[in-house]
Amino acid sequence: MSIRVGDAAEAPPFQKAVLTLLGDTQLRQNVRHATDVITQKRAQVVAEQTDWQELRSAASAIKTHVLQYLDQYLSQFEAACTAAGGHVYWATDADEANRIIVDLVQQHGSREVIKVKTMTSDEIGLNRALEDSGIHPHETDLADMIIQLGNDKPSHIVVPALHKNRQQVREIFMQKMGLRELGDNPEDLTAAARQYLREKFLNVKAGISGANFLIAETGGVCVVESEGNGRMCVTLPDTLIVLAGIEKVIPSFRDLEVFLQLLPRSATGERMNPYNTIWTGTQSSEGPQQLHVVLLDNGRTRVLADREGRQTLHCIRCGACLNTCPVYRQTGGHAYGSIYAGPIGAILTPQLFEMKHAQSLPYASSLCGACYEVCPVKINIPEVLIHLRGRVVREQRASASLEGIAMKVMSRIFSSRRRFEAAQRLGKLAQWPFVSNGWITSLPGELGNWTTARDLRPMPKQSFRDWWREREKGKQS
Amino acid sequence: MRISLFIACYNDTLFPETGKSVVRLLERLGHQVDFPLEQTCCGQMHYNTGYQAEAMPLMRRFVEIFKDAETVCIPSSSCVGMIRDHYAKMAELSGDTQLMEDVEILLPRIYELSELLVKKLGIEDVGAYYPHRVTYHASCHSLRSLHIGDLPLRLLRKVRGIELVELENIDQCCGFGGTFAVKNGDVSTAMLADKLRCIENSSAEVCTAVDNSCLMHILGGLHRQRAGVRTVHLAEILASTDEVSAT
Repeated sequence: MSIRVGDAAEAPPFQKAVLTLLGDTQLRQNVRHATDVITQKRAQVVAEQTDWQELRSAASAIKTHVLQYLDQYLSQFEAACTAAGGHVYWATDADEANRIIVDLVQQHGSREVIKVKTMTSDEIGLNRALEDSGIHPHETDLADMIIQLGNDKPSHIVVPALHKNRQQVREIFMQKMGLRELGDNPEDLTAAARQYLREKFLNVKAGISGANFLIAETGGVCVVESEGNGRMCVTLPDTLIVLAGIEKVIPSFRDLEVFLQLLPRSATGERMNPYNTIWTGTQSSEGPQQLHVVLLDNGRTRVLADREGRQTLHCIRCGACLNTCPVYRQTGGHAYGSIYAGPIGAILTPQLFEMKHAQSLPYASSLCGACYEVCPVKINIPEVLIHLRGRVVREQRASASLEGIAMKVMSRIFSSRRRFEAAQRLGKLAQWPFVSNGWITSLPGELGNWTTARDLRPMPKQSFRDWWREREKGKQS
Repeated sequence: MRISLFIACYNDTLFPETGKSVVRLLERLGHQVDFPLEQTCCGQMHYNTGYQAEAMPLMRRFVEIFKDAETVCIPSSSCVGMIRDHYAKMAELSGDTQLMEDVEILLPRIYELSELLVKKLGIEDVGAYYPHRVTYHASCHSLRSLHIGDLPLRLLRKVRGIELVELENIDQCCGFGGTFAVKNGDVSTAMLADKLRCIENSSAEVCTAVDNSCLMHILGGLHRQRAGVRTVHLAEILASTDEVSAT
């Protein structure tokens, strides 16, 4: 089994990765501006939806139900999709999914493919696999195209080029499209992209898409988007390959009612996506004549097996938790070393890896809870983060580390009043070498991470309990 | 009313003025305050850092000490959050049915200070006097775990002499996050920088909150910058009168 989540297995720990990013003031300004705009738009359209909390509960209930009967719904989807003329494939891991897709493109005989935005394809490293087999993938989502042309990596699951501003996009376009002149306003940039892409849409005969939802009842695949490139990719080619994680299945067409209200509002602050495309199998009169759906596991069933972590699979990839996260807003997405960034990435990436990689990610959060508050499917991300921290400690022998020993000692101290009071007395004595002018401004070891930017008040002479005891004594006498 | 005080380990050790203020305030309002000396820590740091096994004895200890209490007051929303959000699950994991029962009975008797005053005791004007320009930082746990909303602000608005000024991005995390502040010191500092900018823009002289943990973090940054703004726990403002004034 080879589980892959982009290049996350080789990524540096979060604490190291942030260092250069925090120093990139342009990137931070771009991230701050973009997340501000999206969170404000989201807040407006969520506020006008009076049954928002009920919708969240309904979505959470549907997802919980689906995960409980996932095998049945997937089989039902397979049967319905096949009956409608599609072909369904099951891929255990990234390599298997890549092999299936490369084979399908080769059978079709195409040397190029057009792609709709699919984070799952970034998860399995599909573009690299295609290129290694001499097939050129063209990203057609504007942001994905910016990333591809700029040899960059996505930093957000909905807005992958969120870390770039218009001026930077203009430069990439001019260089890669060989343009001599180009303005930097949105109209100029989209016109250039349109010109560039239109030719691909009309000439490339194989398409690859992701899926927002797989409908078990009908065998339909649903993709929502803002640009219309997706509609082109799933209608113009004669062969269409859909790559979808197994958690994307929902029971019935009716369930879309809940998700199509939650997703656009959460993702882009729109009441409805400009393009909502659902296709079911093939039709001889129009559209792709070959439809292939690749269902990807890549670690998901093992996430499903963990009672506490399972809710991670509720995710509908709206990105609201990224936009609201005070950590993400400082660092942007590259710090997470995974194509899944932000709070959801911090719980999804290490779980897909069975905690073998990305162990710094569950700690990349102040547990402020903003992510849980906005999550449209009610994933209690802070709870899962804490659960995963526990797994890191238990499974990665962190308890044998200096921190682990310190934690054990602290637990012993707190387990006895006598030891606690002795520690308070000892602390008061031990701190004096570090106190100057009434403040602690420099501490050794790990604690020095505090004092690099922050001072600390020393422990006062009298603890609260000392004061209380003195007072009680005074009362008696 | 007889109120048992869980002061929290870090308040006991680092911020005794907060505990003293809670005692003065509640006694002034005519209540009887009790401080069980056996108390230490709720286990939050261990639990949130991933040392859940090490948090277990601390949870048992807390329950043992407070299970017979009529009402428990805790001047720290993150400790209340720890107890409310995780104790029941921890007890269930332990498989100890007596413990599960004790936790179930204990939970509804636990109040964060502003909850106790406004919700349980039904009081907003505590008769405080605090002639300073103050801004209020809504801590993450108070907002998103306890959902206390504007309870502290309602109490503050009734304080005589106070000039309350609004804090921009009031609900944004200050970057403390317990061991996060040390494990991810750089991001934590970047988050703090945003918070400090908002505090400075508010032109407040004092920043208050219901958690000394956030305030310790905020003060650490303010002092390093020589910003000339201090932090004071809500309890100290509410305990302050024209006879006994807090700083």
